[in-house]
Amino acid sequence: MGIASAWRTKQQRYSLRGEVCPDCHQAIFPPRDICPHCGQQAGPVHAMSGRGEVFSFTKMYSVPDGFKNQRPYTVALVKLEEGPMVTAQLTDLNGDDVNIGMKVEMITRKLREEGSDGQIVYGYKFRPALAVAR
Amino acid sequence: MRGVSIVGIGQTPVGEHWSLSVRHLAHGAIAAAMHDAGIDRADALFVGNMLSGSLLEQEHLATLIADFSGLRGIEAAKIEAACASGAAALRVGCMAIASGMHDVVIVTGVEKMTDTPSGSTTAGLATASDAEYEAAHGITFVGLNALIMQRYLYEYDVPMDAFAGFSINAHRNGANNPNAMFQRAIGLKEYVNAPMIATPINMMDSSPVCDGAAALVLVPSERASEFTVGQHRGPVQILASASATDTLAVHDRKDPLFLEAAYLSSQRAYLQGGITPDEIDFFELHDAFTIMSALSLEATGFARRGEGWRMAAEEEIGVGGRLPISTMGGLKSRGHPVGATGVYQIVETVQQLTGQAGKNQVANARIGMAQNIGGSGATIITHLLGV
Repeated sequence: MGIASAWRTKQQRYSLRGEVCPDCHQAIFPPRDICPHCGQQAGPVHAMSGRGEVFSFTKMYSVPDGFKNQRPYTVALVKLEEGPMVTAQLTDLNGDDVNIGMKVEMITRKLREEGSDGQIVYGYKFRPALAVAR
Repeated sequence: MRGVSIVGIGQTPVGEHWSLSVRHLAHGAIAAAMHDAGIDRADALFVGNMLSGSLLEQEHLATLIADFSGLRGIEAAKIEAACASGAAALRVGCMAIASGMHDVVIVTGVEKMTDTPSGSTTAGLATASDAEYEAAHGITFVGLNALIMQRYLYEYDVPMDAFAGFSINAHRNGANNPNAMFQRAIGLKEYVNAPMIATPINMMDSSPVCDGAAALVLVPSERASEFTVGQHRGPVQILASASATDTLAVHDRKDPLFLEAAYLSSQRAYLQGGITPDEIDFFELHDAFTIMSALSLEATGFARRGEGWRMAAEEEIGVGGRLPISTMGGLKSRGHPVGATGVYQIVETVQQLTGQAGKNQVANARIGMAQNIGGSGATIITHLLGV
């Protein structure tokens, strides 16, 4: 990820900042120019709660450059409670089994290091929802 | 609009070609196709390729290939649509001929994936996904398909080895294709014991990283009879060419288990060709992963939702089956040099329709369908060919 791109998308990666459509009132993440649900101009900023559930998941053994030191890791499709789905890593699993339907919550973690003199990209991962919040 | 026919085909064997560069591979396929068509010049060259920029640091690829292939002076351009680049290049060739802009067009698909270490190639392939919202989280192409397959297993309560038959069929057919990367049959045991790449996708669900090139010569159907020098078979007509898109990111799909773009492009193709699915004699589908075979069969009208995996049996999809698929080995066994794959599919469809498929010949094949998928279902291009 380029430096400018990382800067431009920081609100999305740090705080799941999306939009809500002023016409059909559906939540949108990441932000778009056109609402994918109704085709109207997408709307004002709306931060997601960070709570959601696992729609699907995969434990990855063959990984791209930049992620080798994390291998193996689990990536999930997380359905946010507001509606949008995101692709993100699961973390803090502590050996727990991952299940479809499992409740998870967003947490900010290191996504990747781009070499010894490159940027360190932080962003959202998801962990099993803490008991108190369940 | 003028009809478009294929009068020449060429291909290189698919494999790890350490001694050949992208230019040698492309020229090999182009020279074979030009020889097959009996031509020494063409009006234009369209090149399907995905990764030359990111893996080989070589863009401006079509001009390089035109120059290297002795075609200096002609129009040339690279067409990119991830793994659907090959079929996208064919579609541009079809438009050029149908519109009357050109009379002789060469379409080639070429990919060189083994010059780089596997981590770089994996990262290159992931550029077909959303860079900021998918690839940035460490997901790979295998991973995206694994997310779809895991959900499929869950929603339809499918056994873990349900997809084995697709891989076994591909290898059974690839064993008889001299251009296939893996010319050997496999059994259920090899499938079940294959190492995991991204759960639940194992090595035998997954097509290989490899190199290859394939090429076609296109002409207006009204002139096809002029181009049969040296080949004792009729030209093959392109009955339909249709393309469709879906959301780039899997997480944005309303239903990640339905290939909307496969549905749309196949419906458009059926309409264009005036053909119904039951008239199709064989189907070269995009079996980059076994899950894609099931989803493709469902979206194109050959299986009901959630039941595509039930067709993974020899009596259904074998060369003598109800709907033969991957008849020359498919992406799994012939190999998947990504930007070249769409053109290999067409070359093999022509082989079937002109009686050149050897031991894998589908009896009385008159109409074949080929479908090439870019990304995990984001661009899907369907061609119908007939004799």
